[in-house]
Amino acid sequence: MNIVLVGLSHRTAPVEIRERFSFPVEKMGDALYRLKSNPLIEEGIILSTCNRVEVCAVVKDTRAGLEAVKDFLIQSYSGVSRESLEPCFYMHTASNCLRHLFRVASSLDSMILGEPQILGQIKDAFDQGILHKTTGVILNKVFKKAISVAKRVRTETRIAESAVSVSYAAVELAKKIFGKLTEKSVLLIGAGEMAELAARHFKSSGVLSISFANRSYDRALELSKDLGGIPVKFEDFHVEMASSDIVLCSTGAPDYVIKSEEVSKVIGIRQNRPIFFIDISVPRNIDPKINDLDNVFLYDIDDLQISVETNIKLREKEALKAEGIITEEIERFARWFKSLDAVPMIVALKDRAEEIRIAELEKLSGRLGSLTKAQREALDGLTSAIVNKLLHSPLTVLKQEVHSTNGNMMLEATRRLFDLEEILARPEKEKKQDPEGPLT
Amino acid sequence: MLNVFFFKATLACYFLGTAFFLFNLWDRKGERDSQGLSSWSQRLAIFVTGTGFISHTIALVLQLRVSGFVPLTNLHEAISFFSWAIVLAFFWVEIKYRISILGSFILPLAFLFLMSATALPNEIPSLDPTLGNIWLGIHTTLSVLGIVAFAIAFIAGIMYLLQERFLKSKQFSALYYKLPPLDLLDQWNKKSILLGFPLLTLGIISGAFRAQYSLGSFWAADNAKQVLTLGTWFFYLVVLHGRITIGWRAKKAANLAIIGFVAVLFIFVTLA
Repeated sequence: MNIVLVGLSHRTAPVEIRERFSFPVEKMGDALYRLKSNPLIEEGIILSTCNRVEVCAVVKDTRAGLEAVKDFLIQSYSGVSRESLEPCFYMHTASNCLRHLFRVASSLDSMILGEPQILGQIKDAFDQGILHKTTGVILNKVFKKAISVAKRVRTETRIAESAVSVSYAAVELAKKIFGKLTEKSVLLIGAGEMAELAARHFKSSGVLSISFANRSYDRALELSKDLGGIPVKFEDFHVEMASSDIVLCSTGAPDYVIKSEEVSKVIGIRQNRPIFFIDISVPRNIDPKINDLDNVFLYDIDDLQISVETNIKLREKEALKAEGIITEEIERFARWFKSLDAVPMIVALKDRAEEIRIAELEKLSGRLGSLTKAQREALDGLTSAIVNKLLHSPLTVLKQEVHSTNGNMMLEATRRLFDLEEILARPEKEKKQDPEGPLT
Repeated sequence: MLNVFFFKATLACYFLGTAFFLFNLWDRKGERDSQGLSSWSQRLAIFVTGTGFISHTIALVLQLRVSGFVPLTNLHEAISFFSWAIVLAFFWVEIKYRISILGSFILPLAFLFLMSATALPNEIPSLDPTLGNIWLGIHTTLSVLGIVAFAIAFIAGIMYLLQERFLKSKQFSALYYKLPPLDLLDQWNKKSILLGFPLLTLGIISGAFRAQYSLGSFWAADNAKQVLTLGTWFFYLVVLHGRITIGWRAKKAANLAIIGFVAVLFIFVTLA
């Protein structure tokens, strides 16, 4: 029994291949059913996002299982020869598989390091597995763990911190100038896609108002309806500037729309209240000289890009910390995974029973007074007999069933019914040797 | 003397606080205050500063008991009181805004002042509780509190200029992430001067009463200290007026707060 993972991602496969592999939600049930119908596969979950398609499965035999999962993926997509697909796949088993899964969940393997969506996608994939009953004891535990590891990474490192997109970097800078944005007004001149996105970010940061100026007044009307703002005639935007704290400019104009003299006038009207200009247009629409004026801050697309790159470097540094957390979690998880093996479970169960027997005998010895050697041996024999008789049936069943389809469930049940967690976690030396020797 | 022991302990604590706070300026950890992350250097700095502040309070109370009725009788005490009050201001900001970076600016100031106080004689004159001496105590206390407010405006001004430089030059060092937003710094500047100005006004009035009782006249045009103090008072009056009517805020206000405090400091230290 082993846990395996086969998949392809933006690191190994071009988008033309990735897009054809994706499993839409409505077809997920069928796909999962088809995966599980292979007798080699005990449990399975399919993760399908625009950047990756991965199948995580619990299989009876590692090598055959890997091939089975790979075949499943190749059959899901007919159109390209097996030979050309093979190099796109990566395959992981056992602890490497866990590491991969934990890294994906923690967004260490994402195209944008630290992006938050992937965790939701993992949760969705897990829910689909539960819904279609293709998960079991192992994958349930693995995916729950992956989700909790991702949350730990998020809270203990700064991997998801600070803007890594140009439009969000603009919002962060505005916050460094103005603090809270709730009292501030935004003016959007033009309507580039990125400027619109930035306007949305400002909106969700709770700005007081957003005005839209556009050469086409209809477009301004449309945008203000769409985003909840005030349309402004393009000729009037200079007037509007005096009452705006943040000016986003993104027009297709070939030269400067906002000139230095105008801005110095505006600053006079504003009585030195700072004003933040963001020029996302190429070629630039705002005279770069205005950055030399007091209380005027101008950032163009390159400046924002640089700040984004700095933040990406910070995330990369934090990713190293995250890898440490993952290694730690894998070690912990491996201990549990090992316990699903029958031998340590049987040893632990016997140890537990023996411990209880000896402890109870010791408790009693005070009350029994002095016993003869024969009496003591008889008492010992009696208690041992009770324990052995009681354990006989569970041990036999465990030995028999461990390799059946219910094996993992049986082991997990034993672990929980007899509360063996603590004994299994003990270092190897402390455990008593199994008198019968290894079972397998 | 017990108060000397506590005074020295305070000095040691403020020295360590200064060292940790300055280290914190360059420490890349805990640079996002909003996330509630604080590095060990920050926590340690706050801890030793807090210890120093308690010890300082004890020293001042003991001193008060020795001198009797007037809390501040000489320059040594006035400077020591100044550094106590400015550390108190730091803790107030720390609790209200959680912006520990302020400590990196306040603690060096508090330490340097307390250091300079050790160089001054601390002979407590046996003053009679005459009216003139009571006015002296009130005058000194109010003036020192006013100077503390101007010191905060000064520090906010320095932080403003630093942060403005980072934003203009688009060079983001570790300090950029730790400094609060420009708008908040400008607010601190405004509030501090709004608080400091009435304190200075009352300090001057009580000083005039003191002069009346001790020297025989409210005002002496040939007294350099009185003339310069009045000049500073006018300066801050103009600064406040300019802010309210013609928008002397942001960078200009930061510069003015720095100039004003340097003048105040000069009068405080050389002519008190």
